[in-house]
Amino acid sequence: MTPAVTSAAPARWQDFAQLLKPRVMSLVVFTALTGLVCARAPVNPILAAVAILCIAVGAGASGALNMWYDSDIDALMRRTRGRPVPAGRVQGADALALGVVLSLFSVMLMGMALNWLAASLLAFTIVFYAVVYTMWLKRSTAQNIVIGGLAGALPPVIGWAAAAGAAPLNAWLLCAIIFIWTPPHFWALSLYTSDDYAKAGVPMMPNVAGAASTRRQILVYSLLLAPLAVAPAFTGLGGGAYLAVSALGGAVFVLLAWRVFRSRAGDAPDDRMDGLYDVKVQAAAARNLFAFSILYLAVLFATLLVEHVAGLAPLRVFA
Amino acid sequence: MTDPIIEDEASARARRGRNLVLALGLVAFVILIFVVTLIRMGAHVLDRSI
Repeated sequence: MTPAVTSAAPARWQDFAQLLKPRVMSLVVFTALTGLVCARAPVNPILAAVAILCIAVGAGASGALNMWYDSDIDALMRRTRGRPVPAGRVQGADALALGVVLSLFSVMLMGMALNWLAASLLAFTIVFYAVVYTMWLKRSTAQNIVIGGLAGALPPVIGWAAAAGAAPLNAWLLCAIIFIWTPPHFWALSLYTSDDYAKAGVPMMPNVAGAASTRRQILVYSLLLAPLAVAPAFTGLGGGAYLAVSALGGAVFVLLAWRVFRSRAGDAPDDRMDGLYDVKVQAAAARNLFAFSILYLAVLFATLLVEHVAGLAPLRVFA
Repeated sequence: MTDPIIEDEASARARRGRNLVLALGLVAFVILIFVVTLIRMGAHVLDRSI
C-alpha cells in the first residue's frame, strides 16, 4: 500500500505558478512572438496577444505535466529537488489536473480565437513534450533531448501559423535553428551535471556514450548550427543586422564548442554544491558554452524581431 | 463524532491566496472570451439581416 503523502508546507499560489516553469515559458513566448511578427500577416493586436497567451499557457501546462510525471527523478537531482511536487508542497494529482485543464483551455482558445492550424500545432507540441519526451524518450534513450527538442523548437511555427494561418518554410527554418541548437545547449550543461542524471537513472549522453563522445557531438551540432542560423538572412527573413549578428554569434559559438571539444569537461566526477554556473576549472569550457548558447539564441531572435518591428528590409539575395 | 479540522494561520493564508488567484484567473478568462467573441463576430453582427 502506498503511504499517504503529507504536505511539507501549505501550497501557495506561487507553488502552482512554479509548476508552469516560468523561465522556460519566457523563452517560448519570446520565440513564438518572433514567429508571429515575422509572418507579416495582418492580425488584430488583441488576437495576437491571445495567441501568445495561449502558447505561454500551453507551455506552462506541458511543464506542469512534466513535473507531475518526473517527480520521482526530480527528487534525486540537485537542480530539481526543490520543485513543488518532490518538495511535497503540491500533490502530484494537483499538478496533473492543472496541466490537463490548462492544455485543454489553451488549445481550445487558440482554435476559437485564431485558427485550428495553430491550435493543432499547439496540441501536438504539448503532447509531444508531455508524452513522447517526458514519458518515453527521457528515460529510455540518450537521444532524448535531440528528439524531444522539437517541442521547444515549435513555438515560432505556432506563432507564425496563428498570425498567417499557414506554416511556410521560413517558419520551419526558425524551428530548425532551435532544434539544432538544443543538443549542444543541453549537453554542455549535462557535461557538468551528469552525476545528477546518472543518480536519477536518466540516460544523458555523457553517461551513455562518455564525455569525449559528447564533446565531439557538441562540436558537430555547433558546426551545423552556425551556418543554419545565418540562412534566414538569405531566405527573405533576416536583414543586414541579422546577417552580422548570426555570423559573429555563430563564430563565437563554434569557438566555444571547439574549446569544449579540447577540454576535459565531464571526465571527472562532478562535485559541485548547488549553483548552475559554479563548476570546477576543467568544466569551465562547458559552462561557458552553456551560458553563451542562451545569449546566442536570444540575440538571434531579438534581432529578427527588431528588424521586423522597425520595418528594416530583409536581404534579397535569392528571394 | 470526529474532531473538526482546525486550520492553522499559514494554511488559511495559503488557501485564501490560492482562491483569490483562481477567482482572478476565472474572471480574466471570462473577459478574454467576451473580448475575443466581440472581435471575431464584430463585423458579422452588424451585417446580419434583421
